[in-house]
This record gives sequence, structure tokens and C-alpha cells, in this order.
Amino acid sequence: MKQLTLIILAACALIMLVAASELPDWADPASPASSHLSPGFIEQAYEATHTPNMVTAVLADYRSYDTMFETVVVFLAALIIMIILRRTPHRRFCKILPQRPQRKGSDTVLKGAAQMIIPVMQIFALYVLGHGHYSPGGGFQGGVIFGASFILLALCYNLRFTLTRFRERLVLLCCAGGALLYAGIGALCLSLGWNFLGYAALAEILGVSEAMARSHGILAVEVGVGITVMAVMVSIYYDLASGGDMYEGL
Amino acid sequence: MTWDASLLWQFDLLILLMMVICAVAALSLKDLVSCAVVTGAYSFLICLMWTAMLAVDVAFTEAAVGAGISTVLILGTAQYIKRRSKD
Amino acid sequence: MDELFPFIIAKYNYWASLILLFIGLYGMIAKNNLMKKIIGMIIFQTAILLFYVSIGVKQGASVPILFFSEDHQPLLEASAYANPLPHVLMLTAIVVGVGTLGVALAILQKIQRVHGTIEEDEILEDMRQ
Repeated sequence: MKQLTLIILAACALIMLVAASELPDWADPASPASSHLSPGFIEQAYEATHTPNMVTAVLADYRSYDTMFETVVVFLAALIIMIILRRTPHRRFCKILPQRPQRKGSDTVLKGAAQMIIPVMQIFALYVLGHGHYSPGGGFQGGVIFGASFILLALCYNLRFTLTRFRERLVLLCCAGGALLYAGIGALCLSLGWNFLGYAALAEILGVSEAMARSHGILAVEVGVGITVMAVMVSIYYDLASGGDMYEGL
Repeated sequence: MTWDASLLWQFDLLILLMMVICAVAALSLKDLVSCAVVTGAYSFLICLMWTAMLAVDVAFTEAAVGAGISTVLILGTAQYIKRRSKD
Repeated sequence: MDELFPFIIAKYNYWASLILLFIGLYGMIAKNNLMKKIIGMIIFQTAILLFYVSIGVKQGASVPILFFSEDHQPLLEASAYANPLPHVLMLTAIVVGVGTLGVALAILQKIQRVHGTIEEDEILEDMRQ
């Protein structure tokens, strides 16, 4: 079976390699991928949105629908994991559950390191979120780092200790709240007479020029994305590492 | 002026070679915790690859998500399953 | 042979991503252990991302963040920056990929709970009884 798979995949790989030789050369500035839409984006993104980071401008302004639905998809993934795994411990119908090592006592080095690293991580996450306009970063990266700080807390202390800090209900509220913020900004722009997620509508409320209004709109939706991604990472860790009991993690 | 980020093909080739070795190793090792760690190493190497290809946002996200979250999730699941795989 | 070497060097991003793609695909198809299949899925996803991002590279270009000269004038030349469009699409792909990984691991835990093993042939035997 494995040899047959190997032979068939090697044949497919050979065919694809021969076909790939027809594709344009690497690093060619005149390749078709770089000739149609992207020079327009590169040249007009700054005067339209006042955002030096072109990736953030395209992600949150020109392709904001994609980002909104991606936020919804990642929220849905957290909900699905909760539906599959979450259970109360006295209803076990499993066959073999290997003994998990019990944690005894507390570890001074881990706790001390966590106390020093976690606040710095959270401030760095907020910095990455806020500076998404000017440097590599943005909503996703900041949200993931923020979520990872809570996972670090759960690894160095207890899962139950982390649950007293960031309860499951608040996690789910944050998951939904970020996506709601994103769609809410879109609906606000729609109600003011522009397109859905056309941030130039915010120029009337905020009293700034249209380009600056788009920049502020990008920041607002990035905050929404960051909140959702943070809560989703924490929720996925809570469910997967404890196997649904929420009793003891890694 | 913009700096000339000329791509050294030797550097890229070395990182790609290490990535292929990590990928083959992650699928052939029998201990599942070692597979998780090698997958984390694979994520770090592809993050370097993207920095060499000037995709800094993608490299940032891959470093945070692939090497941070994904490895922890696989390790968190590996405590419930039999640690030694048969193939 | 003289023209073969520049030919290989000129398109080596495609070769690299295809090799990784087929390693991942072999892992997903031929391995018995379900965790190895999931790791094959991770390798497959990163190979696709590598393919797309490598399309957007330009010779002599820089990072897609606008560069300001000393008198605060932006440099608005399209050939001086790498193409930002594939980066945007692949950012979405990475985050959706981690969601998919989470769901796959949750299903793996559930299979372990119900059948007691994660080797594919043992699961099939367990299902027949």
C-alpha cells in the first residue's frame, strides 16, 4: 500500500514539475501576478488610507469582507471544538484513558518567570496591534500574542488558576464581541449612506478627512479582529489541553 | 534609498533543505512528542524562509501561530493518546 | 548542462514547494496513525502558502511598507516593493489553518475516547465489532 502510494505520488510529482516549468520566472517584476491589481494598490494605498503598511491597508480596507468572514470562521472553529469536547467528568463512556501525570506542588522558577514575562508580552501585543499601520503587525498578530500570554499563564500555574482569571463565559463573550465590533462598524457605515465597510462614512462622525477616517476605520476593525483571535486561542487551549473537563491542562 | 535585498540563493537553498529534512523527520519519527517538536522547528524554518522572501507580516503571523500555538495544541493533545505510534 | 543550471535556479521556489506538497500528501494518505496524518496536513498547508508567497517576490525590491525619504516624500514606485496581495491572502490562510488544526485535534481526541486507539487499522477493526 505504501509503495503503491509512493509510486503514484512520484508520477504525479513528475507531471507537476514538468508543468511548473511553464510558470513565470521567480522574482520577475513583470510577471502577471504583479502587473494587474497590485501596482494600483501600491501606488494609491497611501493617499487613500494614510497607512504606510500596504498589507494592513489591503487586508482591512480593500479586502475587508475576507477578513470579516475569516474572523467569523475562526470564531466558529472555537465553538465547534467546544461542542465536540466539552463534557462534565462524571459522564465518561471512554474505553481507555491513559493516566495523566498529576502535578505536585508548585514550581518557583516557572512562576517567577511567568510573573516577569506575561505583563511584557501583553504590552507587546497591544503595541503590535496599535502599530499595524506603520510596521509589520496588525490585529491577528497582536491577538495571537495576547492569547499566548494566557496560555503561558496556564502552563506555568494551573488551568484552574487561569480559569479564575479569565472565565469561560468572558472568553466566549470576547470571541463574539470582536466579530460583532467588526460587523457593527460595517453596519454603521451602511447606516450613514455609504457601502458596507466603506470607512469614509466615519469622516462625518469623527470630523476628519476621508483618508484619516479610513485609517481610523482600519484601526477599529483590527481591534475587533484582535479581541476575537485572542479569545479563540484561549478557548481552543482550554478545551484541547484539558480534554473538556476544564480541570487540569498540560 | 531602499536597500538592495538581493536574495542569496545559497541561503535559501540551505533553509529549504533543512525544511525538507524536518518534514520527512516529522513524518517518520515514532515518538509523537518528538514529532510535535520537529513540527515546531519546521514552522520556525518556514518563518525564516518568508523573511528572506520579504513577506514580513506573514513571517510574524507564522512565528506566532505556527511555532507558538500549533506546537502547544499538538502537545496538549498528545497527553491523551498513546505516545508511541506504530509507523 | 550549461542552460540546465540557470533553469533550475530560476524556478526553484516551485520545485521546493512541490516537493513539500508531495511529502505532506504522502503523509496524509499513506500513514496509519491519525496524528501523522494531521502533521501531513500541516506540511501540505505550509507548502501551498510557500508557493503563493513566492509568486509575489520581485528582484531588488523591499518590504511592502512605504518608504519615506528625508523630506517626508513617499516613494511610490511599484517595482520597489514586493507584491502585497499574496501576503494578504496567506495571512487569512494561516489563521484559518490553525482553526482547522484545532478542530482536527478535537476530533482525534473524541476518536481516542470512543475507540480507544488512533491507529487506522485498529479503528476499523473496532468498528466492525
